[in-house]
Amino acid sequence: MKSFESLKEIIRSDIRQSLRSRWFWAYSTLFGGFVAIMFTSGITESQIIGFVGLSRLMVTFMQISMAILPIYVLISTVRSVVGDRENSVMEYILSLPISFSSYFWGKLIGRFLIIYTPVFIALLGAVLWALITNIEVPWDLFILYSVLLASLVFFFLGLSMYISARASSQDIAVSTAFIIWLFLVAFIDLILIGIMLRMRGNPDLIIGLGMLNPLQVFRTGSLILFDPKLTVMGTASYYVLDTVSRGVFIAFSIIYPIILGFLFAFLGNRYFNRNDVV
Amino acid sequence: MEDSEILITVDQLTKSFKKTTVIENLSHRFKAGERIALVGQNGAGKTTLIRCILGLYKYDGVIEVLGMNPRKDREKILQNIGFVPQIPPPIKMTVGEMLDFFGKLTNTDQQEFIDISENLGLDVKANLHKPFMKLSGGMKQKLLVSFALGRKPKILLMDEPAANLDPKARTILFDYLHKFNKNALMIISSHRIDEVEDLVNRLIEMDMGKIVIDKEV
Repeated sequence: MKSFESLKEIIRSDIRQSLRSRWFWAYSTLFGGFVAIMFTSGITESQIIGFVGLSRLMVTFMQISMAILPIYVLISTVRSVVGDRENSVMEYILSLPISFSSYFWGKLIGRFLIIYTPVFIALLGAVLWALITNIEVPWDLFILYSVLLASLVFFFLGLSMYISARASSQDIAVSTAFIIWLFLVAFIDLILIGIMLRMRGNPDLIIGLGMLNPLQVFRTGSLILFDPKLTVMGTASYYVLDTVSRGVFIAFSIIYPIILGFLFAFLGNRYFNRNDVV
Repeated sequence: MEDSEILITVDQLTKSFKKTTVIENLSHRFKAGERIALVGQNGAGKTTLIRCILGLYKYDGVIEVLGMNPRKDREKILQNIGFVPQIPPPIKMTVGEMLDFFGKLTNTDQQEFIDISENLGLDVKANLHKPFMKLSGGMKQKLLVSFALGRKPKILLMDEPAANLDPKARTILFDYLHKFNKNALMIISSHRIDEVEDLVNRLIEMDMGKIVIDKEV
């Protein structure tokens, strides 16, 4: 019970601090702004592979999220634990009756809420605007995209917290996060296809490796709803859809990043619990 | 003092950082009612010992605080420890948020903290919405002292608590410490004994991670 109380207080304190920071409002405005710009620029009337209306807007929103969210989550979160350690905040806060796990998970949950909420509100705002202006709302797409975004955020949060728990300095944490992000971005499907064609490698292996990349899984998962045959992915789509059905892939694209995020967070928390915290 | 309750047991404590051993085979019993000046040069191991007692470091050997392991039973132990660090950390919470945060976590009425802060010369209400990190060094220290004392802990650990205080606040702080629960254990880490000698009844000097002097004063 006491652990729950301290967990709650850490979450609350993290959220309060984030709400006061400029980066949070800049970030929230960015996502809200994208939706507003997309509406005013008439994106709901344009068409891409047969998609118009709110679906078109949501697809674009997902593409933007995929570009911004991972690096944003990494850079903003990766300094949290190591930063508190470096500037002695941790020494003081952890002299209070707070378990190491409450501190670690409290930070993670607080960050999740503060990062995911503006993205979800932006998506929800688009739906509400569509309802007001009589644009048809693709509810299945809205629900799936909301869950997919949560899953993506959670994976990168788990990874960030792991890096932050293990890094010896903020500089190392940020550099590591940036390299990992570059690595994940480098291994998305277009590049994979390029490698496959050039190296004449085993396509199953290459696609399999690609599907271990949560960023790739997110991208494919968000594509598969509006492009069931994954035509925009080219050759790689045959391998994906020959291996698993559409439904299985959607479930995989939601569950896999969450499991991986939990695994990283669990390992980060374990390391944090078993080592010097200052 | 012989029959007093042992609040902290340190047995064969060794703490190393990579290849550097900072504390080596240190053993000691800290008892209720003791007011200890923990003195020594920089690098003597004072802060490391305090951090081990707070459970912030892993270590070799045994430490029992109130009969419990400071790494495993953190919440129960730290409910009974008040701590004042040497350098106030750059906490981003406002003073009001800190009062709320500390009050809830330590089950203490916020007014206890406010009363001590104001007696030390800090106008809490005027600074309620200011971030802690934006306060002056002295103001920060007054607030941290009030958080440690207001909880009425069984164990009070202070690392150079008067370092940032003006003479008036220092006098008031020492007055508080004089009146502080006589059955509690108080450990004040300091570079100099003359600063705290009026407050303490025991002197422990550390050097190279070992206790080199331990005497009643």
